[in-house]
Amino acid sequence: MEGGYIFDEKDRHNAFISTLDLALFEPNGGPLEGIPVAVKDNITTVGIPTTCGSRILEGYVPPYDAHVVALLRKAGAAIVGKTNMDEFGMGTTTENSAFGPVTNPVDPARVPGGSSGGSAAAIASGMVDLALGSDTGGSIRCPAAFCGVVGLKPTFGRVSRYGLIAYSNSLEQIGPLGKTVTDVNTLMSVIAGPDARDSTTYDRLYDHTPNSDVKGLRIAVPKEYFGEGVDPAVAAKVQDAIATLEGLGAETVECSIPSMTYALAAYYVTCTSEASSNLARFDGVRYGPKVETVRSWHDEFRDHRGALFGKEVQRRILLGTFALSAGYYGKYYAKAQVARENVRRDFIRVLKDADVIAGPTMPSIAFCLGEKSDPLSMYLADILTVPANLAGVPAISVPCGTVDRMPVGLQIIGPHFADERVVDVAFAFEQEVA
Amino acid sequence: MVNESDVEGIAKLADISISKEELGAFTSRFNDILEYFDILDQVPPGEEGVPDLGNVLREDVVTPSLSQEEATANAGGTEDGFIRAPRVM
Repeated sequence: MEGGYIFDEKDRHNAFISTLDLALFEPNGGPLEGIPVAVKDNITTVGIPTTCGSRILEGYVPPYDAHVVALLRKAGAAIVGKTNMDEFGMGTTTENSAFGPVTNPVDPARVPGGSSGGSAAAIASGMVDLALGSDTGGSIRCPAAFCGVVGLKPTFGRVSRYGLIAYSNSLEQIGPLGKTVTDVNTLMSVIAGPDARDSTTYDRLYDHTPNSDVKGLRIAVPKEYFGEGVDPAVAAKVQDAIATLEGLGAETVECSIPSMTYALAAYYVTCTSEASSNLARFDGVRYGPKVETVRSWHDEFRDHRGALFGKEVQRRILLGTFALSAGYYGKYYAKAQVARENVRRDFIRVLKDADVIAGPTMPSIAFCLGEKSDPLSMYLADILTVPANLAGVPAISVPCGTVDRMPVGLQIIGPHFADERVVDVAFAFEQEVA
Repeated sequence: MVNESDVEGIAKLADISISKEELGAFTSRFNDILEYFDILDQVPPGEEGVPDLGNVLREDVVTPSLSQEEATANAGGTEDGFIRAPRVM
């Protein structure tokens, strides 16, 4: 016997690329039995088209489920559709989708953030309470902050990436988004754990009930998270949120993360380099719109990839190809890896004397559609989210009020494997302001 | 700094055709980003990579996998169970 969930929500914000009118689920008494869950369109779902927001995968119907999708089904979830995203996860606004931009449910003239913008908008507009996203440099936390929902980037290795269509393997993690911290905690408990098919996973389950006691918790507040480039109104809102946690018995200590100076450059060199290798597989032979087989290999591939990849994807593949090319490797990639190690060490050092780090998730409120047309200015908006990916540590974004009626996110970052702790701190804040 | 012919060369390596009309704008944005990457010159000399990571290995054992039909279902063209690709020679 199968159950069916009728999904007839109107998609006013273009949050989904594909939906199922009737989402089947296993009535098995699992923790998500009959609950609608949306899945980002770069996570493989058997029988449901999976495009990564790209024309180069149009029509691709995966023959297998991602590990997290198999776990969702086992938990009884009704997968109602695949959410819109920046093509291959490359963007901070969800405007880089071949299926059109997603709009922010709080103000449709603004972007929802990205790249998991469809997942966040689906929750913020009330279509679902739970969604999966992926976070390479902030792609779960940014849209969570911009849309006023909760999003967790787990510790690297805590959630299997088997079936996540790879963009930057050393940085990306699948993670939960939800209306509340409790939602995120529930979804995390379903998807986390080891998987023999992803050798980077650890043998740790996530079995946790959120605890709102933060008495004696030591919160490090890095000055770089409140410095140049951060909207003072956003910074003030986040300072208020940290004061709320102090009111609950937490202690704060100022700190510095000097490697933040070059963290963003290290991030973009690393992710574009990995992308240039990962996206070489899209050649129109095994999936997606097909190539002509009568022309020669390179001529056909070049025209196919030139026509079907969007501009931002082409830019990142070229940047990565350049960064790895003979004569430039030492100037870009090698230095980026040293910088990355410095970021990791800075986080380990700060989190030796403190339990968590707190700051804004994003340096501003959601941009207006079309506002970030220059790629570099869009990259700069990722400055507060990329360090957690470079270091591999868990980070959560929880809503902490509004500026100009737009949501602001409080980011809580913890040491490796302290996903439960960042959830607890977010829960304590959420309960206090509810 | 790179010029338009450098970008054409990189695009060729990456198997992506960029039209002549787009090349100018593409090159100028490319240079903006590379200029920003110069901040990496300030990184002090240090260790590259994470020293305490090890490889994860397993025995090479055959396990159930996709059938030939499933594996080729999304291909543009097949012949006798093989996938058709553009000519190499």
